[in-house]
Amino acid sequence: MASSQRSSDLTPESSDRTESPEIGVVGWLRWIWRQLTSMRTALLLLLLLAIAAVPGSIYPQRSADPNGVTSFFQGNPQLARVLDALQLFDVYSSSWFSAIYILLFVSLIGCVIPRTLVHYRALRSEPVALPTRLQRFPGYRKITSDASGKHVLAKGEAALRAKGFRVIVRAGSISAEKGYLRETGNLMFHVALIGVLITAGIGGGLSYNGQRVLVEGETFVDNLSSYDSFNPGVFFKESQLKPYAVTLNKFEAIFDLKNPTNIGTPLDFRAHVTTRTTPDAAPQRSLIRVNEPLQAPGANVYLTGNGYAPVLTFRDPDGQVSFSGPVEFLPQDANYTSLGVVKLPDAKTQFGVLAFFYPTKQQLKTGAFTSSFPGLVDPLLSMNIYVGNLGLNDGSPQNVFQLQVHGLKKVAGPKAPNKAVQLVVGQTKKLPAGLGSVTFDGIKRYASLDVAYNPTEGWVLFFALLALASLATSLSVPRRRVWIRKFEGGFEVAALARNDDPNLDSLVDEIVQSITPKKSSRKATK
Amino acid sequence: MNSVDLNIPLSRLSLVFVFAAMAVYTIAFLIFVWNLSQASSTKKAERAKATQSEKWGFGFFATAAAIHAAGVVMRGISAGRVPWANMYEFSISGSFIVVFIYLLSIRVRDIRVIAAFVNGFVLLVLGSATTLFYVQVKTLMPALQSYWLVIHVTVAVLATAFFNIAAALSVAYLLRGSDWVANSKLKAIAIVRRVLSVFPKEQQLERLQNRFNSIGLLLWSFTLIAGAIWAERAWHRFWGWDTKEVWTFIIWTLYAGYFHATTTRGWTGKRAAWLSLVGFSAVIFNFTIVNLFFKGLHVYSGLK
Ligand code: HEM
Repeated sequence: MASSQRSSDLTPESSDRTESPEIGVVGWLRWIWRQLTSMRTALLLLLLLAIAAVPGSIYPQRSADPNGVTSFFQGNPQLARVLDALQLFDVYSSSWFSAIYILLFVSLIGCVIPRTLVHYRALRSEPVALPTRLQRFPGYRKITSDASGKHVLAKGEAALRAKGFRVIVRAGSISAEKGYLRETGNLMFHVALIGVLITAGIGGGLSYNGQRVLVEGETFVDNLSSYDSFNPGVFFKESQLKPYAVTLNKFEAIFDLKNPTNIGTPLDFRAHVTTRTTPDAAPQRSLIRVNEPLQAPGANVYLTGNGYAPVLTFRDPDGQVSFSGPVEFLPQDANYTSLGVVKLPDAKTQFGVLAFFYPTKQQLKTGAFTSSFPGLVDPLLSMNIYVGNLGLNDGSPQNVFQLQVHGLKKVAGPKAPNKAVQLVVGQTKKLPAGLGSVTFDGIKRYASLDVAYNPTEGWVLFFALLALASLATSLSVPRRRVWIRKFEGGFEVAALARNDDPNLDSLVDEIVQSITPKKSSRKATK
Repeated sequence: MNSVDLNIPLSRLSLVFVFAAMAVYTIAFLIFVWNLSQASSTKKAERAKATQSEKWGFGFFATAAAIHAAGVVMRGISAGRVPWANMYEFSISGSFIVVFIYLLSIRVRDIRVIAAFVNGFVLLVLGSATTLFYVQVKTLMPALQSYWLVIHVTVAVLATAFFNIAAALSVAYLLRGSDWVANSKLKAIAIVRRVLSVFPKEQQLERLQNRFNSIGLLLWSFTLIAGAIWAERAWHRFWGWDTKEVWTFIIWTLYAGYFHATTTRGWTGKRAAWLSLVGFSAVIFNFTIVNLFFKGLHVYSGLK
């Protein structure tokens, strides 16, 4: 089957060939529109979209990996500025990426509407008339037979109808067509894609997500000030937040200690929580796991991370407490070697602590420590201490996980006058430089929770599944045309399929068979 | 999950089976190559022997597939879960699925001639799996403990298998249609030319390539949707342009482009075959380079 013939015979849309534009603005606009909605443009835009998506996987993206962007800027400021100007850290919201997909969808709409009209008319019209030369079609048979014209047409019609064809019998010939569902499926598929884009777009505007780190014993109440970070969609209103409360009672992290190849692999993380849907509702106990979010009113609460929060108390030399409480440490590796920061602006002498926590300490040959297992087998805390102005008083926001050591004096730790202050649970130690003392009271765990709300998720899924089902329909339904013509001393049958259709020949054979069942009485020539 | 028992001796046995399968695949591969040379021989007596050697080839191929299957199943049992949670496991399971789909397909469509391509590819995958990607049995990270691992990954592997067979057909199509191959005076190319004469006609190859790609695209669409549903469960959003999501999208878009190409005038034939290969290169790129070197939430190579 020659492809040129296939398309020119069956493609409903007229042409994507460049035609010389009519003169005048309207002519130009029409020409541009025709170009935009041509299949060739659609194809180019699709391929362009694929290429345009690539850089977003190479450079860190602000949306997915803001820290990556920050460190890129630190490591390579000049290049970073150029890339940033090209919006390469925000590829998927960049003007060029948006331009491609908006053009693609304009093209899609401009393509689908006329095709729908054509298809609607085709559905209501009769199968196309008999072409003059049937020989040129792939499934062609010429049969010598003495059967009467009436017999041939009646049998042919019955056979085609039995196979679900739409049949029209004209004088001495039959035209039949089948497989409109293919085009219906294809149109539905493209419409469903528009549905996905629109519902996802609306969802992006209405949605929000926020992050909160919760230490065992702490309670989170859903309002803006309780979040550590919050990303609202453009239509978000604060009144969307329902004042439910979640208390983290206990966080369980289970690591494999048994199988030699698997030591230290996390087996399960479980956040045991108590929730209250309204301030005076009865408390309810539930469990949040990875892959199993908690359904809170109007939002889902997901478990996205966890770590250790050593509980520390710092006292001034006179015994006055300058800090007391759990400090969240960020895990640095699979064995939870963790890094934490304590800032003590209220101590007699202002100082900051940069601390390492090893859940299961192991000393390396160099003398440095590392953690050899993520669970609490033999925990150790090691603190480097910096004295000086922490810069907290000028009101500028600071990252709680970072200590700006620039301008501070290191008084304990490597390359400092004193060794790092090392503690096990329950210990109290004196701090150098007359800073007082520190007590390692205990270890709590924390859970990083993500609260996310997206009202159109269900609709996006609906359209995505609709697209899938329509695509399956359109790819599996064969579209076929069959013609039968009676002539003196025999008849001809021809068939045409739109796509790869290996069964076309056997279809024609079956039709011939049902018109002249006795094998001996006919002679077919291809 | 509070504790698990991994069967480490069984996982070692599984590796032995994978090596054994590679040995038998190698024999099958050599027979297939020999078979092609027979089938394309200028001597009639040689050509007549080709049917016999093809049978032997498929005999060894099917045996290798059975040993391969046993290796995959043992790996799954030793881990107490589906055997596709890291690149090693993904490679051994995925290549088995390619073989399985191929063996099923030759009952429906006659694509026996690409046996050497498929066999060679599977050997290559198993070779890299055992040397580059091997990791010992481990349990699943909590993020992977979901029935979506079964659904999403199974379908992705299936889609890859279909794309893979289509790509083999595209290579055959391009070689057959190449003027350079048709006219070159080099001896080696003359041999290639004779081998190619055994292959189905270009139109037939194109149609088959289309069929396999269309099934691949359907399965890939499902992979994408299932991945989005899982991402909603695990990471609080169904789509976040994570590296792996980006590549899933790129592959999907490339194959959608391929389908537009095959149904429009100017882009059938060679250009479509090239697009089919570009699509498959993206699949391979996604599995190798993206898994090993790109940063993202999907880190499952299991390699440090
Ligand atoms: C987001 C953009 C698009 C995607 C992902 C997409 C995807 C697809 C896919 C996968 C097919 C193959 C289905 C089949 O063979 O039955 C297809 C067919 C088709 N598409 Fe698109 N498409 C897009 C945009 C467009 C646009 C903008 C146009 C119009 C200019 C268009 C016109 C067509 C036509 C006419 C077919 C029918 C091919 C046939 O079966 O003869 N598509 N599309």
